Amino acid sequence: MKPTPFEYVRAGSLGEVLSVLEERGDEAKVLAGGQSLIPTMNMRFAAPEVLIDISNVAEFRGIEVRDDVLRIGAMCRHVEVLNAPEVAKHAPLIAMAMPSIAHATIRNRGTFGGSLCHADPAAELPACVLALDARFNIHGKTGPRSVCAQDFFLGTYMTCLADDEVLISVDVPTANPENVFFFDEVARRKGDYAIAGLASQATVRDGIIADARLVFFAVSEVAIRADRAELALQGVPLENIDAEAICGAIADTITPFDDLTTSSAAKLTMMQVLTRRALETFASQGVAV
Amino acid sequence: MTSPIAITIRVNGEPASRAVEPRLSLADFLRAEGYTGTHLGCEHGVCGACTVRVEGRTARGCLTLAIQCDGLEVETIEGATGNGRVADLQEAFIENNALQCGFCTPGMLLTADELLQDTLSPSRTEIREHLSGNYCRCTGYQSIVDAVEQVARKRAERS
Repeated sequence: MKPTPFEYVRAGSLGEVLSVLEERGDEAKVLAGGQSLIPTMNMRFAAPEVLIDISNVAEFRGIEVRDDVLRIGAMCRHVEVLNAPEVAKHAPLIAMAMPSIAHATIRNRGTFGGSLCHADPAAELPACVLALDARFNIHGKTGPRSVCAQDFFLGTYMTCLADDEVLISVDVPTANPENVFFFDEVARRKGDYAIAGLASQATVRDGIIADARLVFFAVSEVAIRADRAELALQGVPLENIDAEAICGAIADTITPFDDLTTSSAAKLTMMQVLTRRALETFASQGVAV
Repeated sequence: MTSPIAITIRVNGEPASRAVEPRLSLADFLRAEGYTGTHLGCEHGVCGACTVRVEGRTARGCLTLAIQCDGLEVETIEGATGNGRVADLQEAFIENNALQCGFCTPGMLLTADELLQDTLSPSRTEIREHLSGNYCRCTGYQSIVDAVEQVARKRAERS
């Protein structure tokens, strides 16, 4: 349970991060909080030859609001995000999800960007950023680029980051008064991996659902949008939400994977229970909007 | 370089300097320095026995590299015991039979200490949630929650 030997670089600047990545390619891994990377290395599922510690590089830090965007630095630790008033105000969905992310001690070290780049199928944050239509600010040797959440996640533990690229920050559109949010997951204990989870955002205008996003996690290789159910909710008055039909649309379009403890059928039932809770939240909180 | 690099960590206020391989965990560093109250259980972040404080916040000693802590302040159970900050928790653990073999106890104490620092009167649910990252294979947790709840109540009465 000890990692294989590796070199360690404490980067002093973004330029240094990029030059080591360019030189070492897939031999290098970026070290943020290390709460997923180090266990993976301890179990020798991963054996990078060099770790680039980005904790001292200013570009990766900080939470700020600019116009209608909340920018969260990749190196922001979960505990910072959990306690940030800007996140509670402008991205309530993320604030709602934070207490479910691992345990308090892990949240003290683990980072927002690290969790996204790790791309665990059971992770909460990928589903949240998909529901919120966030954008990822990435830097590589050819310069900066920005990708939407949908394009960032490619599969289990796989993202669109090239070997020479690093995630700098994530831009989340700030919430407006028409938005209603729902987050919940089924887990054996708080902090354990979710068995099934749902992150959701709806836009309610004059008592009618203008737009809804239902994003499930821990049920497929990447967090997945229930497209057909989302479509079925569009234009529906809050008092006419047909939960039965929405749950049916989810069953028709998503077949959750089995995992070691839970069958596909059981996960589907959990997804439908979570969906009903989300719809109840929309119906009750949307009225006040 | 995978060869040893000289680092200095302030452990319980005292500087500890040594050349370390980058792969050395903070927990292994601390144990080699004699702070053997930091226990290593699972070595992948699940059991919580290696919990210490880094720059004032609890951290997994097994998921933190010693080299990441170069120049930082670390507190172990020896430090929190020495300055008396967890004395009432320790007494309550004994009184409530909140330990048997004691392997998880340093981690439990430091984690409970952080909870009580952040939250004056936590509910039993909050106590359970905060301690959910710390495994105990002896007590069944009930008595640990009892002990933490008792200390929270006593501290709240005093304040």
